[in-house]
Amino acid sequence: MKLGFLVDLSLCMGCKGCEIACKVENEVPLSSWRLRVKYIDLGVFPETKRSFTPLRCNHCESAPCERICPVSALHYLENGIVNIDSSRCIGCAGCMMACPYGAIYMDPETNTADKCTYCAHRIESGMMPACVVVCPVEANIFGDIEDDNSHISRYIMEHKGAVQVRKPEKHTSPTHFYVGGGNQTLNPLAHQRLEGFSLFNDITHLEHVGDKHHSILDRFLAPFAGHAKLNNDNFTAMQENVETHSKEGGH
Amino acid sequence: MVENTIHATQAIVTLDVPIQGIVWGSIITVNMWAKSIGTGVVFLAAYLLYRHKKESMPNLRWIMPVIAFIALNVFLLFTLIDLHQPYRMIHIFTHPHWTSSITVGAWLASLFLGLVTVLLLIGVADAFPTLGGKNCKLSALARNNSAVYEKIMPFLVFLAIPVTTYTAIIMAQSSARELWQAPTEVMQMLWAAFMAGSAALILVSGSWSKEARKDLAFVLTIAVFFSFAMYMSEYFFSFKSSEAEATLAFVHAGGAYNVEFWTGMTLGFIIPFFLGLSTIKSDNITLLRLAAILALVGLFLVKDVWLKIPQMLPLS
Ligand code: SF4
Ligand code: SF4
Ligand code: SF4
Repeated sequence: MKLGFLVDLSLCMGCKGCEIACKVENEVPLSSWRLRVKYIDLGVFPETKRSFTPLRCNHCESAPCERICPVSALHYLENGIVNIDSSRCIGCAGCMMACPYGAIYMDPETNTADKCTYCAHRIESGMMPACVVVCPVEANIFGDIEDDNSHISRYIMEHKGAVQVRKPEKHTSPTHFYVGGGNQTLNPLAHQRLEGFSLFNDITHLEHVGDKHHSILDRFLAPFAGHAKLNNDNFTAMQENVETHSKEGGH
Repeated sequence: MVENTIHATQAIVTLDVPIQGIVWGSIITVNMWAKSIGTGVVFLAAYLLYRHKKESMPNLRWIMPVIAFIALNVFLLFTLIDLHQPYRMIHIFTHPHWTSSITVGAWLASLFLGLVTVLLLIGVADAFPTLGGKNCKLSALARNNSAVYEKIMPFLVFLAIPVTTYTAIIMAQSSARELWQAPTEVMQMLWAAFMAGSAALILVSGSWSKEARKDLAFVLTIAVFFSFAMYMSEYFFSFKSSEAEATLAFVHAGGAYNVEFWTGMTLGFIIPFFLGLSTIKSDNITLLRLAAILALVGLFLVKDVWLKIPQMLPLS
């Protein structure tokens, strides 16, 4: 069994239901994302079009994040899921440097790496991932890509030539596919990130990795001080610093 | 950052999350820089001991392990403080994952530091016979095993090769950052070790023979030249990957890190090359020391830029 994902971008209407469902199901803290829906505007007025691309971990068959993890916190499950054991993670951020898709974040509450797990805990109890269940147009298709009769396999067969993965040149063999995408939507270098064009105005780079309020010294003191002092206003604090972002952001 | 947009499609992101930004920052630069010194002095000491009599470098036997010991501890300290869960560092030893060069590197570096500590104890105990007084068992043990120093040295030199280059493999395993390619990074790490090692020893070579110092000046000059040549060819001619090209085009265009890169290049490579070249002939200790200090400063700046710039790129 090898679990895989397929998103039909021609169906996706950008409602962000999956994004929210993922946040709630997995208690993803503010300023972090396992799944996001990216809006890209294409064309020149009046010939314009908005595209929506849900982006999550690809659960690569040859995962650079798993390879670089020094303590096997990132590991493969038998069903192909690239899972993470946060109690083992040392927070070296090697995986964040290795994942070619920027799918991993440093959880600001636990100071350990985290990412989409294909909702491994739900799969274990026979449920579908939260983002699949919530999608009103069934643009997220999930299932066993080694079973020829599964919905996802049939969908892939039907769309053959139109099935794409992100950055195939990285030889990561993603198990996450897209239908209805193009270079402009799937290649991050094929679209511009300009200040002032985004609804998240002026935010191009996150200022911190892990907890913004947790200094290096705090990391050593944390086991003794407990987590009482930690707060989760990273996002609010980020808004206050927008000037720094635009100066340092390089965009 | 530069994108390969097609004008007709005018693809512009209108809603997205912020990019992660710099994940590995200056703490990792200090880590790499200090490791270059720690391993570089071992390479240089071995070379000098092969070429010259011990008497022409009277303090080398003890000062080399002292420098290496300090530098390696700085390296390990900065490795530790960069971890978001520093106490779990122990997991690298209790749950090692051998495909990761972080794991392999941590094990090798720990072994390397252990051997350097042995050299330090023997070297210092021999050089300062009154140290620790008559009753100090540790100095007595070190002095009684003085010959171990020369036996360990060849292993240490061989071990210094993977210890100095494993970071290059970590960078190569960081497949999200196309700028870092294993062959060039391995060579850059070796040149950095020769640069930093010769520079550090130049600073303590006041009492050495002219010939030994000339060798240090020679190694420094050669190392900065080849490292500079590699940086320049990467900086201007990285056409083969669109990500590396986009990363560098952003720096070329005067973006953040352009000034730091060229300051580092000028201070750490161009000036030390000419200073080193002139001192090979003239044995001007002051100029050579200046070259050494500049090389150490410039190396830090350039490593810092090279570490950070590929992290500016959006990955998805
Ligand atoms: S997409 Fe990134 S995080 Fe997910 S398996 Fe692949 S390399 Fe790992
Ligand atoms: S941050 Fe955690 S999961 Fe990522 S490579 Fe380091 S130890 Fe592994
Ligand atoms: S599969 Fe689960 S963890 Fe992954 S994006 Fe969907 S909801 Fe989030």
